[in-house]
Amino acid sequence: MSLYYTQKLLYELNRDPKMQEAFLEDKESILKDYTLDDEELEALRKPDIGLLYILGVNGQILMHYAAMSGYAWPEYIKSMRDALEIHGNVRAGIYATTDGKGAV
Amino acid sequence: MSLVFAGICSHAPGITGRAHMADPEDKASFYEAFDGMREALEATKPDAVIVIAAEHFANFFMNNMPAYCIGMGEEYSGPIEDPEWLGIKRTKVPGNPDLSKRIIEQVLQDVDVSYAEEWQFDHGIAVPLNFLTPRYDLDVIPVNINCQGPPLTPLHRAYAFGQALRKACDAVPERIAIVGTGGISHWPATPDSGKVNEDWDRQFLKEWVANDKDAMLRYTDEETLRDAGQGGFEIRTFIAISGATEGKTATINYYHPIPIFAVGCTVGIVDLDD
Repeated sequence: MSLYYTQKLLYELNRDPKMQEAFLEDKESILKDYTLDDEELEALRKPDIGLLYILGVNGQILMHYAAMSGYAWPEYIKSMRDALEIHGNVRAGIYATTDGKGAV
Repeated sequence: MSLVFAGICSHAPGITGRAHMADPEDKASFYEAFDGMREALEATKPDAVIVIAAEHFANFFMNNMPAYCIGMGEEYSGPIEDPEWLGIKRTKVPGNPDLSKRIIEQVLQDVDVSYAEEWQFDHGIAVPLNFLTPRYDLDVIPVNINCQGPPLTPLHRAYAFGQALRKACDAVPERIAIVGTGGISHWPATPDSGKVNEDWDRQFLKEWVANDKDAMLRYTDEETLRDAGQGGFEIRTFIAISGATEGKTATINYYHPIPIFAVGCTVGIVDLDD
């Protein structure tokens, strides 16, 4: 589990349009520079926004990766809700739901 | 001079980015409140506005996270987010490095702050500026309090930081406006997005209006996370405004939960003339 580096990759991606271009062109060229485990790599490649949420990626970082990956806002919220059903509550960080479900 | 204006407001990205999805009356009434805040701010003829924000990983990350940071740049840019997603065009915002330096030097007498000559505004500052200085013709001094990556600064330090900022403002000849921007209870960017604990918000705002220091500083982060969500940690920005205006009461000009904006939308102004 290398949540720190998962978030660092997305933080750097969010603030660098050139890196976004390179990432969308060839994800592996960026992913290789970060210490990530298989689950994180798969979630980033797919992308599986819901799983990244479950892994504990801070929502303020994740919502931009979701938008970058083409998720409209309602789809982004739904992806997290669906992931809670599949995986259970968030594993780390401060973005866990209070009841493991989502309120709205 | 000193403080000529002090207030608080919300900054959620949905306020501009999802405006088209909001109830038109909700949107109109909140935007009107923001217009009122801008008019009140402009009427005080400030030379600069200090914006105390709680940024969301635009400039600061867990590799080197300052509890407090003050901007000292010639100019700033933003929003860092996709302009279409946020509904705000990218722009340059004027800074005032000389004024920043004098303020930072004075704040350092009381609180250890970091400074930044480079700063890309995210929605935490871009949304308030969109309403308060829409022509981007007023010098801005950005301030950040880490409210996102625990461990977080204790609430009593946020109050003390506000007091230190006030001393700094009192020590310079310029006319300074100060705006704290954050959410009260909210669960942004989670499946709970749109949830608001209105009772909690109203209780906190009652304490903020009275500048009831003891009441505001009694919240623990554990209680805030439980009752007000991780977004509730941003009360630090409002508490800093209280520290900067100790002894003064305030008025809440607007409070209304707007779920698609993911926050209890708020505008408040401190009654500095009392």
